[in-house]
Amino acid sequence: MNYIVEIENLTKDYEVGFWKKKKVRALDDLTLAVKPGQIFGFLGGNGAGKTTTIKILMTLLFPTSGTARILGSDISDVSMHRRIGYCPENPYFYDYLTATELMKYFGELLGLNSADRSRRASELLTKVGLDEKDWNKQLRKYSKGMLQRVGLAQALINEPEIVFFDEPMSGLDPIGRREIRELIIELRQKGTTVFMSTHILSDVEALCDEVAILRGGKLTATGRLDELLTRQGERQVYEVSLKNVSADQLPNGYSVRSIASGVIVEIDDESQIDNLLIEARKSGGHLISVQPVRQSLEELFVEPPTA
Amino acid sequence: MRDRVLYNLVLFVLIIIACAILLGDLTDGHEARTIVNIGLNAMLMFGAFIAIFVGVALVSKEIEKRTVFAIFAKPIGRGEFIVGKYLGLCLTLAVNVSVMGLGVSLALIYVGNTGLAGTIWPSILLIFFELTILTAVATLFSSFSSPALSALLTFFVFVIGHFSTSLRDLAALSSQSARYFFEAIYFVLPNLSHFTFVTNASHGDMPPASMLGGAILYAIVFDAILIAAAMIIFSRRNFK
Repeated sequence: MNYIVEIENLTKDYEVGFWKKKKVRALDDLTLAVKPGQIFGFLGGNGAGKTTTIKILMTLLFPTSGTARILGSDISDVSMHRRIGYCPENPYFYDYLTATELMKYFGELLGLNSADRSRRASELLTKVGLDEKDWNKQLRKYSKGMLQRVGLAQALINEPEIVFFDEPMSGLDPIGRREIRELIIELRQKGTTVFMSTHILSDVEALCDEVAILRGGKLTATGRLDELLTRQGERQVYEVSLKNVSADQLPNGYSVRSIASGVIVEIDDESQIDNLLIEARKSGGHLISVQPVRQSLEELFVEPPTA
Repeated sequence: MRDRVLYNLVLFVLIIIACAILLGDLTDGHEARTIVNIGLNAMLMFGAFIAIFVGVALVSKEIEKRTVFAIFAKPIGRGEFIVGKYLGLCLTLAVNVSVMGLGVSLALIYVGNTGLAGTIWPSILLIFFELTILTAVATLFSSFSSPALSALLTFFVFVIGHFSTSLRDLAALSSQSARYFFEAIYFVLPNLSHFTFVTNASHGDMPPASMLGGAILYAIVFDAILIAAAMIIFSRRNFK
């Protein structure tokens, strides 16, 4: 398998204090690989090491030890940056440039010709939902959300093969978040790999194919989201919602909880569902829903699996 | 170029030149000399102000405001960034110095001294090359130090650089250890007196070609060393 991002034993220590003698480990022996064409969620709480990792990948920070490769090239090879995109957390750009000028400037740095720069700038500023009347305003007059949109747009000016988004939804209103979600899904459809750090779990559930979870600089879990959410070796639990039936009308042995419209029965064996429905119907009950209950992402985030 | 301070400074110098014309009226036939002295010295001072403060901000502001994050995600090396910033400011200074020089020349033409209006330009060229050294010093300091400290250190280099020759004289008169110290400063810091020709220019003198060529070469070598050092330091810097 060819990976688009390969991280091996990456460690980063920050030197702190006046004499810089004390060391704080921000990233601890991180090994990770990302497959091409997917949306990869890089999760973790504040100070988990997400931004540190992305900054190392972008050569903004130098690792204390370990190596990383993007698109098969060592991260120190800046020519590879022609094929990638990056939107930093809370992006900030040159105050006196307009959004259009910034896009064209970055396009020029990436070697795009004048016509392509103009075309891509218009396309992307439209795509990220920036009102056309704001395109020629200086960026110092932009709100945080508008800067975030420009940040996302500039990361895509070169049609990158992989794009790194550090907290892409930061500063966006609900409409903006929905638009950016759609944009990220569209990127995956086009074959662009998206590596996004976030701690907004609903975005992760809605978007990510695979995730890695960091805590205190260490990788605590990685893999397909659905696999991680369904704990390995643990039986699946189903919640069966029934109406027009009460707990005492059902046979003993079920774990039953009463709700306003009826009951919710928790069973751990799929084959028992049919028997339960037969018993419930005998008492005049009706099925509302059957829902597999997985370990929630929040639980996974707080208490990752030990495997 | 959209930084208003650059325009304000140029405007301020042009106002000073206009004042020099008025002041020249009081100097009994020495209007032209007064205009050159005030005009070129103001050009040096305000050019130094731009080189120090804009030069320091060029790199440190990019780091402080995190604009470097998006830049270094593009195929831009750290060294290229430093060289680009340095040459950009040098170009800006070239434009500013030219505008201010033009102001002095026009003032001289206005008071009827068209000869001096032409002969001051080699001195202006020397001022420009002095400013390129100052910009390189500011760039070097700002590649590893805070903006305030960088500005202060660059200002010290500017002041000491103009008294370099005195430092060497002082070394000759000092004790053994003090002599090493002053000589070390003399050789490490740029000798900016190589670029001083304003008083002579006010008398209508032009610097000899050897002096002009030597000073320009000195500036280019010094600039190259300082910028290379800035590139090395900056290429190892972490951006948290």
